[in-house]
Amino acid sequence: MNWLNPASVGHLVRTELVSLGMAARLFARLVALTPAALRRFRLVSEQIFFVGNRSLSIISVSGLFVGFVLALQGYYTLKRYGSAEAVGLLVALSLVRELGPVVTALLFAGRAGTSLTAEIGLMKAGEQLAAMEMMAVDPVRRVLAPRFWAGLIAMPLLAAVFSAVGVIGGWLVAVPLLGIDDGSFWSQMQGGVRWTADVGNGVIKSIVFGITVTFVALWQGYTCKPTPEGVSRATTQTVVVSSLAVLALDFTLTAMMFSI
Amino acid sequence: MRGVSCGYGDRVILSNVDLDLHRGQVIGVMGTSGGGKTTLLRLIGRQLTPISGQVMFDGVDIATLDRNGLYALRRRMGMLFQFGALFTDFSVFDNVAFPLREHTNLSESMIRDVVLMKLDAVGLRGARNLMPSEVSGGMARRVALARAIALDPDLIMYDEPFAGLDPISLGSASRLIRDLGQALGVTSIVVSHDVEETFAIADRIVFIANGSVVAQGTPDEIRASTDPLVHQFFTASPDGPVEFHYPAVSIADDFGAGARR
Repeated sequence: MNWLNPASVGHLVRTELVSLGMAARLFARLVALTPAALRRFRLVSEQIFFVGNRSLSIISVSGLFVGFVLALQGYYTLKRYGSAEAVGLLVALSLVRELGPVVTALLFAGRAGTSLTAEIGLMKAGEQLAAMEMMAVDPVRRVLAPRFWAGLIAMPLLAAVFSAVGVIGGWLVAVPLLGIDDGSFWSQMQGGVRWTADVGNGVIKSIVFGITVTFVALWQGYTCKPTPEGVSRATTQTVVVSSLAVLALDFTLTAMMFSI
Repeated sequence: MRGVSCGYGDRVILSNVDLDLHRGQVIGVMGTSGGGKTTLLRLIGRQLTPISGQVMFDGVDIATLDRNGLYALRRRMGMLFQFGALFTDFSVFDNVAFPLREHTNLSESMIRDVVLMKLDAVGLRGARNLMPSEVSGGMARRVALARAIALDPDLIMYDEPFAGLDPISLGSASRLIRDLGQALGVTSIVVSHDVEETFAIADRIVFIANGSVVAQGTPDEIRASTDPLVHQFFTASPDGPVEFHYPAVSIADDFGAGARR
């Protein structure tokens, strides 16, 4: 790649634009296949089990520790202003608005996204997708669409589990360990967390992240080179691209939600 | 097929191929490796579209079909891939049942009967609960054959059905291909290097080399052919019109005094 040569820069831009266009078309097809995917919901629920249920352990353990740390750090700062009782509110708000959706999406990319990419990449390498094509079964409809919907449905649920476990973790540190009053821990939280503005926006975020991470994973697997090196590169790309996309989207969404 | 040309990127694999296939026949496609035999199969199933020329199936130019039309057409074709291409997370039974479950509304008990019949035809009724990772390469190919005939297609394409089979399964595989053609009126296209087996079962042989059809006719006609290419193939001699070496610079340029890298 020679950055001083206009021809090679132009070539790079054109190939990238083409693959962007192909990705957009695949996305449009996945959205158009919504009725077909929901009609055979058994395929979707199988995949929810694969991507969702099997991510539960890593999600809940991480949620617990993030809750622990939030309570410790929050207590340290809040105590200086004499409002240590607000630590429950701080933990809940951080989790529901920000860390729940974002950390879940990052973990999901590593746990479920990579396995989706590898699975589809290896199906491609073993000519299984071509065989499906020749049996007049559309692989996008049969393989990709159910996984797409499963990711979209699983992500908000996992983020909810993450936040709930995180709040319990925060409570464990704040009340038994640091000696915050049990009643004020919960009442501050109840009074301070708003239903639509905080919880609702968090759910919207996690749905957007679910679409992003799952689509990136499927796209990488579907377009990878059908070789061992190609599949390994695609799995790495899934983590890199979807993590960056999640962080960038998170900033954009947060900025938009603040202005409302 | 009329005047079909095809290639990957800049490399032209097939140029100006004319071919007529008739219903109920077994057609053996033979030729050198890299000569365009698999490409021919891919053209018929429209996994590839030709650069020029037409592929007609039952009088329809398949390049003009939309997705639904193409899928309706492919339902009438079966294809046996070189390595089977079984779905690795399904059992043998579910692999064969897959096209039935996708394309028909048959009840599970009907599907069970059909699947066991097809598996019985390839001698693997007892292997129904195995996973693809637990069967040998030859067995996987036979499962794939059962899957390819599950919907009783009009045309079956076999990509190297004999490669890597022991003599016993080889004999039964070729008998099966023959019987399918006779009993069900299935047209079969068999791509193979195996001269003896292919000649034994084929009604017609099409010989492809260097991207074009060099000879076609009944096995006896081909055997009697004086074409130097065909002759080289049957006598297995390294020298002749087919180059053993991929095109390269001369040996002197690569190894001699002029060699730099």
